[in-house]
Amino acid sequence: MFVSYKWLQEYVDLAGITAKELADRITKAGIEVESVEVRNKGIQGVVIGHVLEREQHPNADKLSKCFVDIGEGEPVQIICGAPNVAKGQKVAVAKVGAVLPGNFKIKRAKLRGEESNGMICSLQELGVESKLVPKEYADGIFVFPSDAPVGADALQLLYLDDEVLELSLTPNRADCLNMIGVAYEVAAILGRSVKLPTIELHENSESVHDYISVRVDAPEDNPLYAGRIVKDVKIGPSPLWMQARLMAAGIRPHNNVVDITNYILLEYGQPLHAFDYDRLGSKEIVVRRAKAGETIVTLDDVERTLTEEHLVITNGKEPVALAGVMGGANSEVCDETVNVFIEAAYFNGATIRQAVKDHGLRSESSTRFEKGIDPARTKEALDRAAALMAEYASGEVVGGVVEVNTLTKKEVVVTITLDRINRVLGTTITKEEVAGILTNLQFTFTEHDGTFTITVPSRRADITIEEDIIEEVARLYGYDHLPATLPIGEAKPGKLTPYQAKRRHVRRYLEDAGLFQAITYSLTNEAKATMFALETATPIRLALPMSEERSVLRQSLVPHLLEAASYNRARQVENVALYEIGSVYLANGEHELPNEKERLAGVLTGVWHAHLWQGEKKAVDFYVAKGIVDGLFALLGLESRIEYKQAKREYLHPGRTADMLLDGKTIGFIGQLHPNVQKQFDLKETYVFELDLEALLKAEVGDIRYTAIPRFPSITRDIALVVDEHIVAGDLERAIIEAGGELLKEVTIFDVYKGDRLPEGKKSIAFSLRYYDPERTLTDEEVTNVHEQVIKAVEQQFGATLRA
Amino acid sequence: MKERLQQLQQEALEKIEQANDLKALNDVRVAYLGKKGPITEVLRGMGALSPEERPIMGALVNDVREAIQRALEAKQATLEQAEVEKKLASEAIDVTLPGRPIRRGNHHPLTRVIEEIEDLFIGMGYTIAEGPEVEQDYYNFEALNLPKGHPARDMQDSFYITEEILLRTHTSPVQARTMEKHQGRGPVKIICPGKVYRRDNDDATHSHQFTQIEGLVVDENIRMSDLKGTLREFARKMFGEDRDIRFRPSFFPFTEPSVEVDVSCFNCGGNGCSVCKGTGWIEILGAGMVHPNVLEMAGFDSKKYTGFAFGMGPERIAMLKYGIDDIRHFYQNDIRFLQQFHRV
Ligand SMILES: [Zn+2]
Repeated sequence: MFVSYKWLQEYVDLAGITAKELADRITKAGIEVESVEVRNKGIQGVVIGHVLEREQHPNADKLSKCFVDIGEGEPVQIICGAPNVAKGQKVAVAKVGAVLPGNFKIKRAKLRGEESNGMICSLQELGVESKLVPKEYADGIFVFPSDAPVGADALQLLYLDDEVLELSLTPNRADCLNMIGVAYEVAAILGRSVKLPTIELHENSESVHDYISVRVDAPEDNPLYAGRIVKDVKIGPSPLWMQARLMAAGIRPHNNVVDITNYILLEYGQPLHAFDYDRLGSKEIVVRRAKAGETIVTLDDVERTLTEEHLVITNGKEPVALAGVMGGANSEVCDETVNVFIEAAYFNGATIRQAVKDHGLRSESSTRFEKGIDPARTKEALDRAAALMAEYASGEVVGGVVEVNTLTKKEVVVTITLDRINRVLGTTITKEEVAGILTNLQFTFTEHDGTFTITVPSRRADITIEEDIIEEVARLYGYDHLPATLPIGEAKPGKLTPYQAKRRHVRRYLEDAGLFQAITYSLTNEAKATMFALETATPIRLALPMSEERSVLRQSLVPHLLEAASYNRARQVENVALYEIGSVYLANGEHELPNEKERLAGVLTGVWHAHLWQGEKKAVDFYVAKGIVDGLFALLGLESRIEYKQAKREYLHPGRTADMLLDGKTIGFIGQLHPNVQKQFDLKETYVFELDLEALLKAEVGDIRYTAIPRFPSITRDIALVVDEHIVAGDLERAIIEAGGELLKEVTIFDVYKGDRLPEGKKSIAFSLRYYDPERTLTDEEVTNVHEQVIKAVEQQFGATLRA
Repeated sequence: MKERLQQLQQEALEKIEQANDLKALNDVRVAYLGKKGPITEVLRGMGALSPEERPIMGALVNDVREAIQRALEAKQATLEQAEVEKKLASEAIDVTLPGRPIRRGNHHPLTRVIEEIEDLFIGMGYTIAEGPEVEQDYYNFEALNLPKGHPARDMQDSFYITEEILLRTHTSPVQARTMEKHQGRGPVKIICPGKVYRRDNDDATHSHQFTQIEGLVVDENIRMSDLKGTLREFARKMFGEDRDIRFRPSFFPFTEPSVEVDVSCFNCGGNGCSVCKGTGWIEILGAGMVHPNVLEMAGFDSKKYTGFAFGMGPERIAMLKYGIDDIRHFYQNDIRFLQQFHRV
């Protein structure tokens, strides 16, 4: 909402308060003033001139030579390039020495040999936005009414010596979408009174009912419909002050009738529509829901197809307006219009919102209906519009109002005690202070023993309950006066849940292990949504995505981590180690919320460790990635419950992928990216893993139990086992541990060999076994016994032989 | 004989003094104290002495031996020390060469900010509540006093999946769910961090996915002044001890009264600078007293219970705190961006 400071003075006394100060006060009290625009962009010396003569410039087709009376002695000669300049016009003249926006100084000049002592200005040259300039003056100079006094300050007449406050209104403060509403707000802040417009309405002796009747078939959408006839109007420009105020408010002037409806919209917040009565095509107005497929050509010359969700104003047969949004072209007021039907209605906000949404049409009117107008003002606004049309369009107001009113008048009365106000705010405001605030708001109230009974005026539809009154009191009392306290009551210590605490440890572990935390988008495209998913489900698609790339919820974190790796690689960051903890979304059926599962995923590529001058350089490989994941299991106390199983998964290298099982249940995978996928993401050798974080963090592990530090020496025996190459180390290790029993405390793989010194198809894996008994020193014989059991076990189970 | 011994001692000491290395020193030892050495010879000649002279001479021989021995040991120590020093000198390294790097990653800056805020409120007795990102319209809007068709829904253009299910537009539904779980009994004291989604085109200041942290306290006798005190405490711990806050009236459907909360500029201290756009204040939070409709819908008696709620954006805080100029950095995961947040 743009509020002209000068216009506002019509309704509330602003003496002693500058526009800037006013803006600060309004902002502090709750409505943010986004800007204060000084409309005069540095103009000096522009006055009203009277064009006494206009001749063709002798040397230039497109220029005119004018003699202009600027109220200073002899008329001055001015060369003017505007096509519309003519004898007898009142125009804005920038005198010699004047300054125009952009510090453009007007000097005496010679144009094609003819002297020019000033410049006749268009509105644009005076700093008015092109889109606000009346269409007829869009390409030329602005012509003032003939009664504009010669020599007067043109800026004053155009309201350009004004400042405009731009209010940023929250949805609850629709009451300030009009000048009177703003006046009430300002009056409450300043403690001053509001002066409402006086309406001098002279009706003729005819009856409006002889002209038109109204029927409302959709009273829920349209609880109040009122109208008046103004006959014999003369379409022409509206008075300059009105045009100027419209422009200050951001509305382009049109003609007197249309300008008056817009003026009332700005003044009262009541949208009006003026129909050309003679073009309505009937003597009745029927308000109803549109029929499916029905069409209307709106004022903007667009044919719109309607549905049963839209409300239309009809002439009994066909739509003449899309209610509350835009009029129809067929009944538009035009230069030839003689009789006008003015509509003042109260339409349901939700109905209007539907039409706005469906037709992508938002107007000053629809905005107000959507946010809610004050129905108590509807008829007053109608009267004022009719009176102005009589005054400024030479019309004659036909007696009476046509009206259908099914509004149930609900008076909002709120009762609240002083004690409650102070208890909610934590203040010690007095009864007198509250009464003062309510008085300034111009709310009617009574007070008895600290209980206030308040009748809320209908313009403040946002106030219905005690808390709303508390807010009014608080904001006008001033939040700066609110004390700062802390809640009373027992202070229980806060803490993380075990899950949250473990998750933090997981983050820190991974970071200390060399990975950076990434956060990627949850929305992806259809193809990536299911890639790498540990469990797949029907993809969850947005109803109205903004782009295909962000249209479906992810089922794995890996694809976006790969994108991040690729993003880095494209920027010469070749060594990437990222992890992410985030949700994946698994559908549960159409009307159910999906299962959101927290996952942990990582991506590793490039050099893992480099210390070049000492000759160390290690690229990321499967075992680097596995080591990180192993460390994580150890961190969570799960290392002995985890098993790796060679696996085949789509998008991963078939020979370099493992599933990870916790207590026998698959909880994740780790592997090298399949070369095809690697290429797709424009990456080099890359390893990824994804884990079901919830399974890991929720696994019961109990507390740490101390075991005694070894007091006796242990005995270590090494064995190198030759086995078929398909036998995996993990299986051998498990068999060794099982056969080693109580005394075998540690098994370490220290060598893996495959090559010329072994038969084809064989490999050797060397284990170091440490035996120990916490109660005594083991004898060589005891160890030998157990060790032989171990060797026998692997011989029997795997056909292993001891390597010589 | 006596003179001979003194002469030998004199000679030996001179030779020890002259020995340049351990080998030369050993030669001296063998030459003078060895079995074939001159002192042994002298001892052999003692048989010719009288019994009175013998012990005197014996003592003298011992004195000479010991003197030589001591000189030998002293010289040996000196030479050994020199040897060690020589070896150490040869072992010198260039300490300015780089050390073996320890590879480390770090928190994403948003996590850094979120954890800091979490810890701060945990210190004030809050717990952390989490909830689903895919939400029911009911919890995201209706339970927060935003019935269908409410104009304020426009403020948060949302990603719907079905008519009743959407990506949450704020973390407030976690508040609604938590209150519901309390079944009308206070106190509730929670912080809700998490991801949220809105229909915005991604650019320098907008992101269709971002994070939020909201707080909620519901109990008997919670006052708006408690909100002010709590947020002032927060602002001081987060942005510096001499920070102040101010409330500006505002509107949110789920709170009444509602306020925007500014923190005095931590860059200029309130004098006005480019960070605070010359105002001395930076808008950080939205807050207010929980709307009675919200309390009632969650099963709380709004005559008995009051509460306050507040919400803030970790992106905005991180951008202000670290001077980050583009919100997209948070979601591109450029290592060169992420690694800038490595230190404590
Ligand atoms: Zn500043």
